[in-house]
Amino acid sequence: MKPFGYVRAGSVEEAADAYASHPGARYLGGGTNLVDLMKLGVEQPATLVDVSRLPLDSVEELPAGALRIGATVRNSDLAAHPLVRDRYPVLSQALLAGASGQLRNIATTGGNLLQRTRCPYFQDTSKPCNKREPGSGCGARDGVHRDHAVLGHSPHCIATHPSDMAVALAALDAQVELYGADGERSVPAAEFHRLPGDHPECDTEIRPGEIITGVVLPATAAGLPSRYRKARDRASYAFALASVAAVLRVDDGVVQHVGVAFGALAHRPWRARRAEEALLGAAPTAAAFERAVDLELAAAQPLSDNAYKVGLARDLALDVLTRLAPPTTST
Amino acid sequence: METDTAHPTTGPPDHHHSEITLRVNGKPHTLTVDHRSVLLDVLREDLDLTGAKKGCDHGQCGACTVLVDGRRANSCLLPAVALDGGDITTVEGLGGDGEELHPLQRAFLDRDAFQCGYCTPGQICSAIGALAEAAAGHPSHVTDPGAPAGPPVALDRAEIRERLSGNLCRCGAYPNIVEAVEDVIP
Repeated sequence: MKPFGYVRAGSVEEAADAYASHPGARYLGGGTNLVDLMKLGVEQPATLVDVSRLPLDSVEELPAGALRIGATVRNSDLAAHPLVRDRYPVLSQALLAGASGQLRNIATTGGNLLQRTRCPYFQDTSKPCNKREPGSGCGARDGVHRDHAVLGHSPHCIATHPSDMAVALAALDAQVELYGADGERSVPAAEFHRLPGDHPECDTEIRPGEIITGVVLPATAAGLPSRYRKARDRASYAFALASVAAVLRVDDGVVQHVGVAFGALAHRPWRARRAEEALLGAAPTAAAFERAVDLELAAAQPLSDNAYKVGLARDLALDVLTRLAPPTTST
Repeated sequence: METDTAHPTTGPPDHHHSEITLRVNGKPHTLTVDHRSVLLDVLREDLDLTGAKKGCDHGQCGACTVLVDGRRANSCLLPAVALDGGDITTVEGLGGDGEELHPLQRAFLDRDAFQCGYCTPGQICSAIGALAEAAAGHPSHVTDPGAPAGPPVALDRAEIRERLSGNLCRCGAYPNIVEAVEDVIP
């Protein structure tokens, strides 16, 4: 690992200023991914700007019934928060399905969103990777890609985003709050991460030097039935092969609100807009769920070794939607 | 209060080094650390506390688990400089003075909960952290999502296995580790 400088920021403004005045800086939250990537030589910051002690470590109710999560709230504390468990169970479940107890105690809300892909070619500096080194090629496309994307990938990159939390945030219509040189702005969680296209080196819509200050969960999703389910190679402590987060409200026998997002299928949490359009206003029957999910997954373009993901994601989505639908209408 | 001063090999603070104070097993230490040093390195190399082990060095095995401000964490991923002022407990600090063992250390012996022993300090620190989390009402992946928030979570075997999944044991002592943890559940 190369030597680096260290600056501890006391405020968001101070952090942004320190980033701007230190070329090659990286923000340090919990560090569970960044420090790992530094050990691997993938990240070589000249300076770490420590934002882990910023006063952004609380979960607060906003006047209109929304919930604001500070960027430095630890994953374990967020998963255990009574208001999150009560009003947004899908978020608590997604967090608890990720990593280990130790890692969740360290990892922050902002850092979780900014974690990098676990594509083995990205993590190995001896291999080609357009995300790590634009123009060097993609080792995974004709290599080992069982864990890789089936939706929205490009000739340049087939990596997936590894977060569980971000999948729940996408389904919940959460907003990511940012602070940067141009002041504050807010981006929908479902659009915060990018598809790879011609620039797989850009994971998110964040601008250089911008810092995540928090995430807002909307009042519209509060208290609605919601659920997360994840398939992985072992029962615990593994990244998803496929996962699904869903929020569903049924009134008068028809779907009034639905949010569905898939994890581990694409370069970002995959918001299932087509499935949602098909379900809105429809009766929540097994046939309707199947039609909607199939409509969404029709866009899948699996590679030679990961076609299993499409069927797996379908099964997960149908299971979650069926469990969320009221018993009397779910048959 | 007794204070250890800078380790002779670590040099003065400069652009790539900083002076920090850590309280480790109740004793304050002031050290000059290379910014690249993670807590695990400082414990093992600077403070001669070799209980926490370097297994994978990437947060995947849990052998380096210690308690930071009372919460379990992978010490291999924590830059020491960012922990300035922190309170660290390692496996060496769990028992009382002298040879006294923590009840969980005693349970690991009684249950034969290890073979080679390399993962054991991490298993024990992790389990102590997990017991505190359950007592504080923190749910896990296998906790009933409908359970009310607040009260302590009762730990059955499924809960123990899930909560300790961040600690690998390549000897496969898992059944006895679960039994040892069960022995000390309040």
